[in-house]
This record gives sequence, C-alpha cells and structure tokens, in this order.
Amino acid sequence: MRRRLPRAAAMPLLFAGALVLVLSVFSIVGCQKMQRRLHESTPATALPAWSPGSQLHAGVQPTPLPVKNPYEGSSYAMSEGQRLFEWYNCAGCHFRGGGGIGPALMDRVWIYGDDPASLYSTIVGGRPNGMPAWRGKIPDYQVWQLVTYVEAMRAGRGIAAPPGPRQEHLQAGEGKISR
Amino acid sequence: MRRVFAVLLLPAALCAAAGCRYVTLDRATPQADAITDMHWLMFWVLGAVFALVLAALAIAVSRRSRAPIAGGKDPRFFAVAAATGVTCAILLLLLVASVVTGRAVSTPPEANALDIAITGHQWWWEVRYPAAVADDEVLTANEIHVPVGRSVRLHLASTDVIHSFWAPNLNGKKDLIPGRSTGMTFRVLRAGTYEGRCAEFCGYQHAHMGFRVVAEPPSEFEAWLESQRLPAAEPGDAARVHGHEVFLAGPCVNCHAIRGAGAFGRKGPDLTHLASRSTIAAATLPNTTGHLAGWIADSQRIKPGNRMPPNVLPSGDLLDLVAYLRSLR
Repeated sequence: MRRRLPRAAAMPLLFAGALVLVLSVFSIVGCQKMQRRLHESTPATALPAWSPGSQLHAGVQPTPLPVKNPYEGSSYAMSEGQRLFEWYNCAGCHFRGGGGIGPALMDRVWIYGDDPASLYSTIVGGRPNGMPAWRGKIPDYQVWQLVTYVEAMRAGRGIAAPPGPRQEHLQAGEGKISR
Repeated sequence: MRRVFAVLLLPAALCAAAGCRYVTLDRATPQADAITDMHWLMFWVLGAVFALVLAALAIAVSRRSRAPIAGGKDPRFFAVAAATGVTCAILLLLLVASVVTGRAVSTPPEANALDIAITGHQWWWEVRYPAAVADDEVLTANEIHVPVGRSVRLHLASTDVIHSFWAPNLNGKKDLIPGRSTGMTFRVLRAGTYEGRCAEFCGYQHAHMGFRVVAEPPSEFEAWLESQRLPAAEPGDAARVHGHEVFLAGPCVNCHAIRGAGAFGRKGPDLTHLASRSTIAAATLPNTTGHLAGWIADSQRIKPGNRMPPNVLPSGDLLDLVAYLRSLR
C-alpha cells in the first residue's frame, strides 16, 4: 500500500533535494575551476606558421589564430599568471594593467590581437618598439598562465578581485606598484 | 602493564630511529637553557602533583565510608583547604618561573650582536648579512653561519604567508609575518650544525622547508663571511663556460642571481656560492652533482608545487650547467 506524504512534509524534502543538487553541481564546477596540475610539461606550443610582420598591421584587427588556451577558465592558472606577471617584471612596463611604458592591458585596444594565440605569440616572440621576446626564458605552461591572467584583465574583471576563493600567490611584500 | 610500557617507550624509539636530529632538550644557547630548565621544572612539579592526586584517589576509593559526624567541624575541611592552598602556591610558582623564562629568552642582545635578516619564502629561507657598504652584504639561502660565543639578532620577515623559524637547540619558535618585522636573539655556546624547520603550516611544501645553523669559532666565521662577499668564481674550463652560457640563455636567470656573472634575479635563492652550501632545496637534498642535476631537470618530482619550473635541457647542456654551478664555491 502506498501512502502519499502530506504536503507539509514534502516541502522540506523537496528543498533539501534541490540543495543537494545545487551543491553537487557547484562542487563539480568549482573543482574544475580550482584544479591545479603540479607537474606541467614544458614543450612549446605549435602555433600555425606565419611571420609576425606579414599579416599583422597596427590598428587593423587581425583574424584570431586557431589555438586554444589550455588553461581557459582555470582560476589557479590565473592566480599563477598574476604571480608571474610580477616575478617576470611585466609590471615594470605594463604596470598592473593600466599601462605606462608599455601599452595598457585593461582597455579594448589590441594592435597585435587579443585572442589567446596572439597573446601567446606576443609574449614568446616579442613585438616591435619594446616588447621583448621571452622565447626560451619562460616555460611554455607559464606563458599560457600569463595569457590566462592577461585575458582576465582584458575582460574587465578588475585585478584586485581574487580569481577564486583561494588566492594562491599572496605576495604581501611584493606587487606594491602604483596603478 | 606491558602495553603501558610500550606506549611510554614509543617516543624514545621513534626518536632513536629518526637519528634525533631535532631534540629540544639538547641545548646549545643560554636561551635554550632557560626553556629546558622551565621544561624540567614543570615536568617534575606536575609529575609529583599527578602522583599525589592519584595516590589520594586510590586512598579515597579503597577506604570504607564513614558515618557523617554530627556537630563540630568536618575533619575533611582541613584537607581540602590545604590542597587548595598548595595548588595556588604551585600555580603561582609556575607563573613566576614562566615570566622569568620569558624574560631570559627575550633579553636584548649585547651591543656587539651580529645582525642577520631572514626572509621566509614559499618554501625556502633567504639569509642576508647586512653591511654598512652595499657591496659587503652577503646573501645566501637555507644555511645560516653564526660565530660561537657572540649574540646573534635575527630580523624575521616574510614575503608571502606566515612562516615560523624554529631551531629547537637554539631558542623557541618565532613567526615570520608578512608586513611585520619580528626578531629573535640567541648566543650559541658550542660549535656544531643545528637543524631547523618551518613550524607554521605555509602551503604545499611546508614539510620541506628546512634550514641549517652552522656555529663555528669567530675566526672561521669571519673567513666564511669574507669568502661569501666575493663575486662568483670565474668558470675555469670550456664545459663550465658553456654551463654559464646555458644559465644566462635559459629560464634560470629570470629568478636566480649569481653575483659577478651577469645574473640578477631575486625571486629564487642566490646561487653565487651555491657549492659552499651543504644542502639544496631548503635542506631537502644533499648538495651533490646528481641531486642538483635531478633538481634542475625536474624539481616538481622532488618537491611538487615549488616555484621552480621543470627544465628540459639537452643532456650535454645540463651536465655543463651542473658542472658550472658545482664550481661556485
């Protein structure tokens, strides 16, 4: 014999069920966002062959290059990128994204492209008038972590906002740069 | 009964198995003396109290109960009053002893104290010997040399999270707090090498954040300091010259400094006199050619999560690089 639950008892049950569902979805999504790989591989990313000067002209938006950022949406990589941005003295020219000696990274003007592959090749290969080439100096996975961080800046999320509940780098004694 | 003995003997057995590298009771400074004396005072006093309480409990349990006394004072009143009085006296004694010990541990050093600045990083120790002239400053890592018989004043700071400086033979623990300056003073009385650890959980590799304090006679200490002031040794042969080039061309130079060799990175340990240190990776591995090569090639296998990236180098480059680094005495 089946007995139907009275409505008063069913409501809390329903609520609890919904809560469990929401929490489990959050935990799965959250885990992926927070996931960190401690052991990264170093071989360089193969970008499609093109010469830096040929199709990129200042002021003209180039077509995005078909390479995906392997750390897309990873809070951990973003936080690591933020640390490396200071460690490798990107802040020395770009400051904290506001620009100064180098161009601003928070605005919408990207003369050499704002897609992940363009950012990658800007860091690795350098650009005319000041941006040095970091090929061989910054391991490939760290370049992608920097790309993740720069992309977050460009999206206008604000640098002061922590990329996740666990702010990884916590450089209290560092990063005291204006702007 | 046998089990009780086994439990009591377990710490001693563990200590013997571990080689007793960290023994708080093996004191080497007046500060550690004060802490050890306090330890034994508390051990004996509280041990005696424990024995007395258990004895009183045994008597109370075994004695037959008596009928209450009608009228007059209960004789138990005096026992309870005496026990309360003795308890208060003991607590007062321990309080006074604790204050005296605290003063002894934090006594300001003599005027000729040696200043050493220690900065905690995830997960290693930066050690700096300040000097009046910037060129005379000595920068090293994870190995602190001190002269025997002279007061040493440590200035502790941190760049990332809270660490804690703890060399059990020398003094108590002291936290390194970001944005604040803390300090510690001790005077080592006998020469020797004393091990220390980070004693505040500071992230993934907290367990591999060790250091060594090398106490040596003043003349030897001065000679060591003088040798550390020198710029790095010139690469002697073709392999080392190539190793130096590999160092400057690769990612190493982004974070590490070698004074006099064109490397100015300040994020990782200073490598100017790397070969003069007895360990690498914050007292994690002995400083040998094999360990150094393994560490450079893939430090993430040894100390996962540390800040140094793996380095894929052709084997010839790696060997020359290690030969160069091993020559930096």
